[in-house]
Amino acid sequence: MTASTGRSYRRPIALFWWLSRRSYLLFVLRELSAVFVAWFVVYLLLLVNAIGDGAPSYARFVDWSGSSWVLVLNLIALAFVLLHVVTWFGLAPRAMVVRLRGHRIPPPQIVAAHYLAWLLLSAIVAWVVLR
Amino acid sequence: MADEITLEVARYRPEVDSSPVMQSYQVPLREHWAVLDGLTYIKDQLDGTLSFRWSCRMGICGSCGMTVNGEPVLSCATFLTDYAPGPVRVEPLHNFPVIRDLVIDIEDFMAKLPTVKPWIVRDVQSPVEQGEYLQTPEELEEYQQYSMCINCMLCYSACPVYALEPEFIGPAAIALAQRYNLDSRDEGAAERLEVLSSPEGIWACTFVGECSAACPKGVDPAGAIQRYKLTAATQTVKNLLMPRSKR
Amino acid sequence: MNHRRSPEPLLWLLFSSGGMAAALMVPILLFLFGIAIPLDWFDPSYDHLSAVLHNWITRLILFGLSALALFHWAHRFRYTLYDGLQLKRYGTPIAALCYGGAVAGSVIAAALLLTI
Repeated sequence: MTASTGRSYRRPIALFWWLSRRSYLLFVLRELSAVFVAWFVVYLLLLVNAIGDGAPSYARFVDWSGSSWVLVLNLIALAFVLLHVVTWFGLAPRAMVVRLRGHRIPPPQIVAAHYLAWLLLSAIVAWVVLR
Repeated sequence: MADEITLEVARYRPEVDSSPVMQSYQVPLREHWAVLDGLTYIKDQLDGTLSFRWSCRMGICGSCGMTVNGEPVLSCATFLTDYAPGPVRVEPLHNFPVIRDLVIDIEDFMAKLPTVKPWIVRDVQSPVEQGEYLQTPEELEEYQQYSMCINCMLCYSACPVYALEPEFIGPAAIALAQRYNLDSRDEGAAERLEVLSSPEGIWACTFVGECSAACPKGVDPAGAIQRYKLTAATQTVKNLLMPRSKR
Repeated sequence: MNHRRSPEPLLWLLFSSGGMAAALMVPILLFLFGIAIPLDWFDPSYDHLSAVLHNWITRLILFGLSALALFHWAHRFRYTLYDGLQLKRYGTPIAALCYGGAVAGSVIAAALLLTI
């Protein structure tokens, strides 16, 4: 069953192989969302630092965060983070099997539970920040 | 509807070609003809030198996997009319060495498959007189999906990780390991853990998910791998916390 | 096959916990502090934000979120470099850079959240 009769041919792989298929490209974009998650942590720590340093420092931070490049960066980051949310929650029921009283919970319900938790936590965060 | 369609078939003759070349053939476009029927027509009527693998023609033997218009498919279950007016590009499965024309070398998969022990492992075999190992329908349902695998290797062809890292054990082998791990009659999970949890096993997978999209039998190897990651990671934490309870 | 003990299972657990934490918490925080407040849609007072931040529960949550999110980034980014740019031959420096970055970021986050 081996290729003993001659040379076998191996197809070369392009450096940017993920450009060749939509699904591969979407995969790479999904993975790149992590870069924007990391950016968010940097941004969050800058915010924490500014609040810790007092009111004038916080005011400077808000001014800086309103500059167009930071706004654009954050909008792009939000888009990627939302891609992360949709793909993460969408794939969750395939990675986890949840049983309740011996019965397997159907995948759509697991996805729904994730979105419900997401909405609830978002509402709590918004309430704590804005109240 | 036109009564003919063009098949652009990848030819690779190792004695003359250094890389595959495309060759076009006109085949009849009939309503119930699959790509495989078109290839058989070429072989019988137009060019007897064309080489390809096939056997059952009904989607169960898993030997006629090919790349049709860039997608890994079973050529017996992919119909020409869906590609009309054509042309239809037929290439060998990607990610495998090509031996000739549409025939690939499957040795790598054949070598990997037994390493995950895809059979029922028992600590102690009970004698035949004691009867069968019984199983409830619920226990069957746990692994049934994974038992549908026909070893056609479309999942390997769709997997970019396998393309980049040929050492990766790959979707079908891991899904088959899970098929036995999840079987209530099986006791081999601990033996499989070592191979599955090696760097060439589940950890190389980045959940691209294309293996599951390509599977013609509705198996979800990508899901099986992620589920197994959770199992293996939980096992590792348990071993760290309670090293002495390790088998 | 390579059977030596690998840190992969633990790194994966950190990656997936971080992925879950990021999915649940980052969108709303990024929307509020990265878009809504800079655009003046909301304007919470400094005193209120400072009070919220000085609550130890907030600090604990923010530390957990930052550390896990960074490990999530480290793991994903490492594999993106391995596969997306075919750099697996530089596996060791890439892993050191990614996880090292996550550890450094977590230490900075801890120091910042403890001293404010």
